[in-house]
Amino acid sequence: MKKEVVSDRRRFFLNMARAFGLATLGALTWSAYVDEVTASELTLRPPAALDEEDFLKTCIKCGMCVEACPFDTLSLAKPGDNKPLGTPYFTPRDIPCYMCPDIPCVPVCPTNALDITKVTKNNKLDINMAQMGVAVVDSKNCIAFWGIQCDACYRACPILGDAITIEYSKNERTGKHAFMKPVVNSDSCTGCGLCEKACVTDKAAIFVLPREVALGKVGDYYIKGWDKADEKRLEKVTSETTKTEISNRKAVDSLNDMEGLLND
Amino acid sequence: MIKNKYLIQRRVVQISILFLYVAANIWGWKVLTGNLSTSVFLEKIPLSDPYAVLQMFFSGALIASDIFIGALIIFIFYALVGGRVFCSWVCPMNIVTDLSNFLRRRLGFNQIQKRQPASRTIRYWVLGLSLLLSFILAVPAFEFISPISMLHRGIIFGIGLGWAAVLIIFLFDLFVLKNGWCGHICPLGAFYSLVGKYSLVRVEHNESKCTLCMKCKEVCPESQVLFMVGKSSEQVLSGECTNCARCVEVCDDDALNFSIRNLIEQKKQGEIK
Ligand code: SF4
Ligand code: SF4
Ligand code: SF4
Ligand code: SF4
Repeated sequence: MKKEVVSDRRRFFLNMARAFGLATLGALTWSAYVDEVTASELTLRPPAALDEEDFLKTCIKCGMCVEACPFDTLSLAKPGDNKPLGTPYFTPRDIPCYMCPDIPCVPVCPTNALDITKVTKNNKLDINMAQMGVAVVDSKNCIAFWGIQCDACYRACPILGDAITIEYSKNERTGKHAFMKPVVNSDSCTGCGLCEKACVTDKAAIFVLPREVALGKVGDYYIKGWDKADEKRLEKVTSETTKTEISNRKAVDSLNDMEGLLND
Repeated sequence: MIKNKYLIQRRVVQISILFLYVAANIWGWKVLTGNLSTSVFLEKIPLSDPYAVLQMFFSGALIASDIFIGALIIFIFYALVGGRVFCSWVCPMNIVTDLSNFLRRRLGFNQIQKRQPASRTIRYWVLGLSLLLSFILAVPAFEFISPISMLHRGIIFGIGLGWAAVLIIFLFDLFVLKNGWCGHICPLGAFYSLVGKYSLVRVEHNESKCTLCMKCKEVCPESQVLFMVGKSSEQVLSGECTNCARCVEVCDDDALNFSIRNLIEQKKQGEIK
């Protein structure tokens, strides 16, 4: 049998097709892997970091911020840390951010992935503007909620009395003692994690999560009618009224309509 | 003359650079801070990896002036001296893959595997893909998987499981494909091949002295660039040459030497347009 001769032209196209196919295969594997290594929404970033999405684009993984931190708070994620590879993060229960007033980690960032304007007010650095995360209390395992006296986190907080306040209430079980429960104010909490570091329970009952993870979002349906500032939100509403079959009729009519309900 | 003059110099340069970075992290020396992605030299001069910055650009990041200037400085430097000087004189992965290659020759794997089953143009596809993926995924795509950065950062900041990636490359180069990583896959090597295409420092071959021993081709990590050996006297003009000078130092007949690219003469001969 004669072997089929592949013309040069045909060979060229076959080779191109093959290279293209291989490249697509490579690209798919590659992007799946990048998705894997960049995905960890629980990562806590240094102060003044851009939003996670922009941060991942912009941080060049130079470690300048890591070297600048005098407390060794920050590290660059290594393979095995389960964090976006090479990017800086910190683990408050090990080493929290001590909220240096001169914020040495931020100005050294060559890419502005740490954006100094986020912690600058009237041309002065202000670490209290940092939003690294927000502390969350596990009220089931916080011993203050049991009625045992503990204010370790409250005392440890650098914005004491503002980021964490103590809520007093009567302990009905004993009838003569008080509960002194820590409550986090998410507006002023910076997410430094000093509270998490200080917490006395085995595994901290107060811990820092990234703000996008820890905080809810109300949307435009609910407004604090007693708060003028909150009513401003109505100016930018994006929600729409849902139109269904039933909304063509008056509410009363549809409520009184028993059709199909009492038939059997 | 010592046979390994350049090899020793290269190792000294590679290790000194690493040492300066490590010293910056441990003792706070201010000579060279950061890492190969971005550094600051003597607290003033920014130096950035132009390939990383290019990926950031494709991912849609705002490029700060610091890293732009840093990338420009590095780009101009390698455009003048030969882009892959980075590969042979700076990149830490080079130490690993050179070791693979050395063992390969010692153990005789090169004898049983004569034909290279893979094409050296794969790296340009990888380079193109990295930019495309940076755009699609909106993150610098190679920076997040780069075993070079893993190794380099690992030495300075602690390696974690990164050693596994480096081991894979070592074994791949040793058992699977000769010069597999640096010669076929690495997009950074591909990038610097393009950057150094018109650089000035060149290896020159003198055909009249060549005795056809082929030792140069045996040691060269990019042996295809030495196609002229024993055939004609000319400069190695391919950007894929790493200027590692291994060919220069193994040649007993002085047929290979460094030279400065003779741009004017080549222009007359119409070799470059
Ligand atoms: S503010 Fe201070 S303690 Fe916190 S990360 Fe920056 S340098 Fe470290
Ligand atoms: S200094 Fe900036 S670019 Fe460098 S690792 Fe820190 S955040 Fe990333
Ligand atoms: S993380 Fe804890 S200690 Fe830090 S500001 Fe918030 S509540 Fe205070
Ligand atoms: S080819 Fe890549 S890994 Fe090899 S030495 Fe060059 S940059 Fe480093």
